[in-house]
Parts: sequence; structure tokens; C-alpha cells
Amino acid sequence: MSEPSSAGAEAPAERVRPEPIKAVPVRHPGRWVAVAVIVVLVAMFVHMLVTNPAFQWSFMVNHMFRSPIIEGVRTTLVMTVLAMLVGILLGIVAAVLRLSPNPVLSTAAWLYTWFFRAVPRYVLLVLFGNLGILYARFEFGLPFDHQIADLLGIDFSARIFGLNANTFLTGFTAGLIGLALSEGAYMAEIVRAGIQSVDPGQNEAAQALGMGRAATMRRIILPQAMRVVVPPTGNEVTAMLKDTSLLVAVPVTNELFFQLEAIGNRTFQVFPMLVAACLWYLALSSILMIGQYFLERYFGRGFGTQQRRRRLGIRGGAGGA
Amino acid sequence: MSTPMVLSENVHKSFGHLEVLKGIDLKVDPGEVMCILGPSGSGKSTFLRCINHLEKINAGKLWVDGQLVGYQERGGKLHELSEKHIAAQRRDIGMVFQRFNLFPHKTVLDNVIEAPVQVKKERKADARDRARTLLDRVGLGAKVDNYPAQLSGGQQQRVAIARALAMRPKLMLFDEPTSALDPELVGEVLDVMRALAEDGMTMVVVTHEIGFAREVGDSLVFMDGGVVVESGPPREVINNPQHERTKSFLSKVL
Repeated sequence: MSEPSSAGAEAPAERVRPEPIKAVPVRHPGRWVAVAVIVVLVAMFVHMLVTNPAFQWSFMVNHMFRSPIIEGVRTTLVMTVLAMLVGILLGIVAAVLRLSPNPVLSTAAWLYTWFFRAVPRYVLLVLFGNLGILYARFEFGLPFDHQIADLLGIDFSARIFGLNANTFLTGFTAGLIGLALSEGAYMAEIVRAGIQSVDPGQNEAAQALGMGRAATMRRIILPQAMRVVVPPTGNEVTAMLKDTSLLVAVPVTNELFFQLEAIGNRTFQVFPMLVAACLWYLALSSILMIGQYFLERYFGRGFGTQQRRRRLGIRGGAGGA
Repeated sequence: MSTPMVLSENVHKSFGHLEVLKGIDLKVDPGEVMCILGPSGSGKSTFLRCINHLEKINAGKLWVDGQLVGYQERGGKLHELSEKHIAAQRRDIGMVFQRFNLFPHKTVLDNVIEAPVQVKKERKADARDRARTLLDRVGLGAKVDNYPAQLSGGQQQRVAIARALAMRPKLMLFDEPTSALDPELVGEVLDVMRALAEDGMTMVVVTHEIGFAREVGDSLVFMDGGVVVESGPPREVINNPQHERTKSFLSKVL
């Protein structure tokens, strides 16, 4: 049965397929040791969670879904989404300007990134919270209209509309502006890296087809840059979610962490509410991760191997806009 | 006499201190297929890229279909064209690249309709119909919904040709269209190009395919060191080269 066949004497079709190999696998004693160590550590941790009275589990569960907390969750999520949307738009604009052949525009974009990356978010938020000191009103119209009128000696005003700083710069708006400006500076660098990761041949191909610079950027370069941009942007979203807890500096007090802490302070049960904060942020960022998965799948279309595409559940040939 | 499709007069191009083109004079008539041969670094690809202004020339003059490329002459002075006008000039010139440069995030069909819809503002349905016809012509009617990464190199290059043809160009530029392909896939791309030549398309082809140049080309140009060493009917240049440089190059590639 297992005697060697004389070389090439038999036709391939007549050869019997040998039995599948059944070999003794290599043993990994180290893995078993690691398992044992980890099991013991986990058991100790769980034991502590259950037995340590400071956790006050039932107190935590009772208080972590109160209506001010739910409102805090809402504020935190709305702020995260809005600050990221504005930040991403600012980032795209700044990145495109930064790569512009116009030196004035690219320098302006660089200055923006330089400043807002340098100043800590906490400091920015305090600063924007106090912007009312600088301006009592925000007015929109022609710039320097009063100065020009003085120069010409006429009475002239070109204000279209104005806002009272105290109504316009409510905590929420000030916080949103602060976070979005800061985020835009980080996003600018991420988007720039994404744009530069696209093969220059893509730009040439679009130009050779007679597409303008703007259309090339919007239709060809940015969609491909997104593949590189989305994963670090996921990081940014998570960071933003957590940084909404800095909003107390503005102050914005109806966000999640402030509300949790407030209950902790009021009831002298600080620790359970800190654990609740961990759990809330964990849950919220897990939801955001799911969103990121779908975004990555969308912008990854047309890239990668067949196998990867199948695993991601994209049918070959289908999809595309 | 009809206007030449491409006319190049003493064209020079430098990258920094390196002069890549040192005075190129060439003429391509409508319907002509010109093949450009030469060792790498001879400036042949650079010259091709000057024709649709992907590279800016430093001296000399270059016309496509009677229009100066990238400039306008007013009152005896050259004025740079705005980006919009340069884009408009490029619309009539198709280009096929060595590395295909298909848009990887778009399906084959979307690659082909992108420029007609975005640039020429054609209706999507019309553009799709025409794209399907073009893809049928290059033998890829069954691949319209695939992404470029799912196609072989030869298939990708044929899509790239269809994409360029979708703009109804009056001139097609080919920059070593088969150099990045496996040897067995070269033939299918050359077949498409041959059919295009037979339809009367004006073509400038930078290539290493001597056989193609001999059989399909109306004229052959041999470049080396940034100058045209020799040009003429392909069979004459290939069978009976006059210059030493041409002889030694052909002896190595034939």
C-alpha cells in the first residue's frame, strides 16, 4: 500500500490519495501556565468586585440611570458628534489649504494647526468660556466700517445683524467652538496624511481626463484618503467623547461626568459613581466603535483582496455608487 | 494641408539642472500612429507628458490640433492659461499610463463614466450606455461591476483605454502601456490598440514593443539623451537604422 511507485509509471488518475496526516501536535506548556495565572488573577478581581462593600453596586445601578444622568449622556453625545463634524470639516479645509500651491493659504493653515495643537483643550475651553470679556456683542457686517466712517467724517454703519455675547456664547456654544477648533487642528494633520497617501498617479489620471483641481480632490483624492483617515479619526472620536468631561471648564454642567460626580458628592458615595462613569464611557465608546467598523468597510471598497472582501461581507461586483 | 495633430518645435524641458528634452521637433498628422522608442531616461515619456501639459515645457513651442499647449499668444507675448483652460485642452487628449491609474474606489463602469459625467456633464444614463459599448469593444462587457483590484493587469489597462475613449478624444497618448504587464497579457492590450489605430485614431505610443511599432505604426521615432536620433517609416528605421545609437539599441531589444 505504501510502497513507492516507480517514477511516473502510473497515470496520475490511478494514484490513491494518501490518508490525511494525523500527527501529534506540539505541546505548549507555557500557555497552560499563563492560563492558570490569568484565571487566578481574574478570580481575585471578581472576588473583590463582589465582596468589597465600597462598590455599592445596587446604589450605583439605582443612580446611574437618573434623568439628569441621561440628559448628561445626551449632551455628551450631541457635543461629541457636533464637535467632530465641525472639526472634520475644519480639518479637511485646513489640510487642503495646507497642500495648496498658494503660500498665503498654506501658511494660514499651518498657523491654525500650530496654535490649536499647542494650547491644551482645558485651557481653550476656559478661554472660550470667558470670551464675553472680550466682546459684549458679536456683530456681522463690513469690517472696519466705523473706522472708515470716522476717516471720511461721515456717520455710517454697515452692521447687518448682531448677537449678544451672553446669549450667543452660552456654555454649549462656547464649548462646541473650543472643542471643534481644537479638533480641526488634529484632523487637519490626519487628513493631510490621508491625502498624501494617495498615489500621485491618481491625480495625474484625473487631470489627464480634464478634471479640475477641485473635482479631482472631491471625487478622486478625498474618497481614497478616507481609507487612511477613518481609523485615526475613530481614535479622535473616542478622545472627543472623553474630552467632553472637560466642558466643566466653560462651564457646561449638564454633561455626563459632571452629573455623575454631582450625585457622588451629594450622596457621599463618590466611588460607585466613578465606576458608573467608567461603565458609561465604556458603553458609549463601544457604540462608536461599531460605527467606525461600518465606515471603514465603506471606504475600504475596491481595496484589499477577494478573501478580505468576502470576510467583510461585500459581494464581489456588487456595491459602489 | 490639414493642421497637424501634434506639432513640436524645438521643445526643451528641464527638471532643476537636469535637461531631459534638448530640442524636440516632431509632427504627428491626424490619423497617424507614431511610436516612440528609446532607452529609459531618453526623455520619451517626458515628451509625451508635455503634450497634455502634465509637464510644463521650458522652451520651444508645442501645438495640439493648432492650439498652443498651456499658453495663449496675445500681442506677441505668451500668457499662461488658467487651470480651467488647461483642463479644457486635456479633455480632447486621452492618456493611458504604464501603471493604469484606474480609480480603485470606483467600479469599472464608474471609472469610465466619471469624466464624461463630471467634466462634460453628460447624462448618467447616456454615459453608462456608451461606457458599456466601449467596454464591450475592449472585451470587458462582463466586468462592468467589478472593482479594478479584481481584474488582471491586462484587463485593467483595457479599462483604462475605454476610460480615455469615453471622452471622445481626438488624440490618444500611450505611456508604455504594456510595460507593467505579465508577458502573456501584453497581447490583449496591443490588440485593442491595433483596433483603435485601424479605426483611424491619432496615437502617440511610447513603447518597447518593436513588433507593434513595425506592424501598426505609421512612423517611428528613436530618442536618446533628450533628442530625436532618428525617425521615419518603422520598417526602414528598424531594418536599416542609420545611426550607431539606434543600431546598438535595436540589436539589444530585437
